[in-house]
Amino acid sequence: MALTEDRPSASAEIDIEERLHEAWAEPAGIAGFLTSVDHKRIGMRYIYTAFVFFFIGGIEALIMRTQLAGPNNHVLGPEQYDQLFTMHGITMIFLFNTPVLAGFGNYLLPLQLGTRDMAFPRLNAFSYWIFLLSGVFMYSSFLVGHAPDGGWFSYVPLTSRHFSPGVNLDFWGLGVMFVGISTTVGAVNFIVSAFKMRCPGMTVNRMPIFVWSMLAMAFMVIFAVPSVTLASALLESDRLFGTAFYSAAHGGSALLYQHLFWFWGHPEVYILFVPAMGMVSTIIPVFARRPLAGYLWVATSLIAIAFISFGVWVHHMFATGLPAMAMAFFAGVGLLIAVPSGVQFMSWIATMWRGRVRWTTPMLFCMGFAFIFLLGGITGVMVSVLPFDWQVHDSYFVVAHFHYVLNGAVVFPIFGALYYWLPKMTGRMLSERLGRLSFWTMAIGFNVSFFPMHILGFLGMPRRVYTYSSGLGWDGLNLLASIGGFLFGLGTALTLLNVVVSRFKGEPAGPNPWEADTLEWATTSPPPHYNFDRIPVVTSRHPLWDEPELAYAESGEVEATRAYGLTGALERQTPISTGLDAAPEQTMEIPRDTYLPLLVALGTAVIFLGLLAKAIAVGAVGVALAALALVRWAWRTEEDLR
Amino acid sequence: MTAATSSAAVTTGAEPGVPGAPPGAGVRLQPAQRSARGHPTAWWGMVILILTEATLFGGLLSSYFFIRAINHTWPLGGIRAPDLHRISIFTGVLLGSSIPIFWAEAAIKRGNLRRLRVGLAVSWLMGAAFFVNQVLEYRSLGFGPRTNAYGSLFYAITGLHGAHVVIGLLISLVVQLKAGLGRLSAERHLTAQVFGLYWHFVDGVWVFVFASLYLSTHLH
Repeated sequence: MALTEDRPSASAEIDIEERLHEAWAEPAGIAGFLTSVDHKRIGMRYIYTAFVFFFIGGIEALIMRTQLAGPNNHVLGPEQYDQLFTMHGITMIFLFNTPVLAGFGNYLLPLQLGTRDMAFPRLNAFSYWIFLLSGVFMYSSFLVGHAPDGGWFSYVPLTSRHFSPGVNLDFWGLGVMFVGISTTVGAVNFIVSAFKMRCPGMTVNRMPIFVWSMLAMAFMVIFAVPSVTLASALLESDRLFGTAFYSAAHGGSALLYQHLFWFWGHPEVYILFVPAMGMVSTIIPVFARRPLAGYLWVATSLIAIAFISFGVWVHHMFATGLPAMAMAFFAGVGLLIAVPSGVQFMSWIATMWRGRVRWTTPMLFCMGFAFIFLLGGITGVMVSVLPFDWQVHDSYFVVAHFHYVLNGAVVFPIFGALYYWLPKMTGRMLSERLGRLSFWTMAIGFNVSFFPMHILGFLGMPRRVYTYSSGLGWDGLNLLASIGGFLFGLGTALTLLNVVVSRFKGEPAGPNPWEADTLEWATTSPPPHYNFDRIPVVTSRHPLWDEPELAYAESGEVEATRAYGLTGALERQTPISTGLDAAPEQTMEIPRDTYLPLLVALGTAVIFLGLLAKAIAVGAVGVALAALALVRWAWRTEEDLR
Repeated sequence: MTAATSSAAVTTGAEPGVPGAPPGAGVRLQPAQRSARGHPTAWWGMVILILTEATLFGGLLSSYFFIRAINHTWPLGGIRAPDLHRISIFTGVLLGSSIPIFWAEAAIKRGNLRRLRVGLAVSWLMGAAFFVNQVLEYRSLGFGPRTNAYGSLFYAITGLHGAHVVIGLLISLVVQLKAGLGRLSAERHLTAQVFGLYWHFVDGVWVFVFASLYLSTHLH
């Protein structure tokens, strides 16, 4: 068949664009908001909601730093302080870091893969609603005045019913299970999307590095989250129903809780960190103006980290008196995981070395990340050495270490990603001047705040104390840390201001303001609901650099190619391809906007409320609502297949 | 020019950078052979979900062996090791309930709705029989989930599995209803296919539960 035969004429093309808009239109207003399954709307919602939690968690941190600014302060009492540090940890781990990365993943994955949505659009919407409702669930604890107060890892026996009789810990235990549903279904979606939704020609070895990182992250979620679900489920079972899993008096073990918790808890650090590294590996090459050095090595390192991260959990438990042999093994693996991280570090250095770096705001955040991650990585190697760990265990040294890793090495790339990708999402550039100001305020504030904590740890200051007495040599360093904390907070507020201002005054971004290489920059900013009017075909790892005119697939009469071209794509369709070499396989019908995900999520929320209140009737209503909505969901599935 | 794909020929009409080629020219795609058509995304989604569910069971069974290892006697508190006779028979019933599903799946691929209905119904009855036996066994155990850590683990593991059986039975009812109304065909039977996968998992994971909770307590 001749190539030009079914290329539509110009007038037909306009008609087709109209019909595409029609097929992809969503209801306006609140109905559209509640029913949308568009990965871009869901992704942005994820990001915005997560940032709301980020600022709430940040305010909690600043209140704590006010309390700790001087000795014997009385801003907070011990109970309030306990609730704040617990909620700060929960918020940052469960309600900011994890979901904000899922948000970027949701927004970017289909665009970078050259397709029109995630593999399971309704599941995607469901996962967002669960995230939102679980966050509201956990924060509603403040309304009843009983926020969780057992620390973000809530060790038993402190958190058993005997020692924590209030409802506080139930918000934690149930909330963790609740939010875990969102993370898990999100991971299922990422994995299947990465393997089955790539546009023709995007073989596995051409997959953007950010997609690799999301894939590694999703696999870690799949194997790690069940463990924390179990830890909190058994805890709640002990608390609500009087079982004996963690009760030593009845043959149970408190240590079991720590094993279950950290079998998730350590991979979780990498669940947060790996996508952040993927962002850095995406941004650096664009501003160094050359491809990422050692793509294969970086992709392999991401997968290696995902594997090794499951062999390090015991290094959180070095002070629990485990057999020396076991601890030696885990200390060794703890050192080993530094290797794949180091490989990526070398790759970033090599990329910049051989490129011509443009020092934009996203690039500055990547550099800030690299500096902070270096320090956090070195202290990480330090605490995996047993004798050292015993010295600094549960001291401010550990607080410094994990803030360097989780705040510095994850939050800085997220801010970089925000400056880099927000123009795609909103169509408007952020101010470079304000961005630089924000970066330097954050970078200086961060180090002023957290570096002194290393020293405080050496000076013997334990973590989680609500105050301290004067004359221990901690006063000056604590004041410095508090000042730094406020400076860091100011820096993040500057970015918030930047985002708000850009919505009104930002320069139009155009499709590809950074002259980047991946497919999300091939479409308009913001992209239409259908992302691409035709499905692109790639022949390179850097399609926009190597293919001056991006090739598009045409429609054909064969079912599997129907969705590709203009004439075939009149409905909500997108191609499904083979897992490794992205060969066209089937056409997927993308579901329309629906209330079902919201209904199932609401049903789930009612179930958790019933458990919290120990009200069986309430729980039963929730089960019924969720089950009915799920049946309807399954009922429609065949219609969505062609 | 061909992209580096093997099973599908992706031929770009416009060689990038070749002068004279029409800008953004289309690409004709030859889909993979119909017989080579892969599984739908929902099937893969269920596979990943099963991986995470299997990890959940793995975690619980690991907890069981952890608690067992730190105690000197097992089962705890003078509880007798669970009886093997009846459960062995019902283990056979549960594992056997996968066979009608295989049979039904093969049938619907050829468009045989009647066989699908029969297969699902037979499998449902076998699964339900297993579940009823579990409930009856609970009544005769003589210990509860609060007795001690052994009791907690025994009920948690069998209970989680039982919940999976019940959910499977409910999904089966939905699929049977769809089949009964003639909404499934050789071309469209995704729910039946995905349910089959889930049911095989529920059966398969029981092997590990059975081996851990029942068989291994009789090993000395």
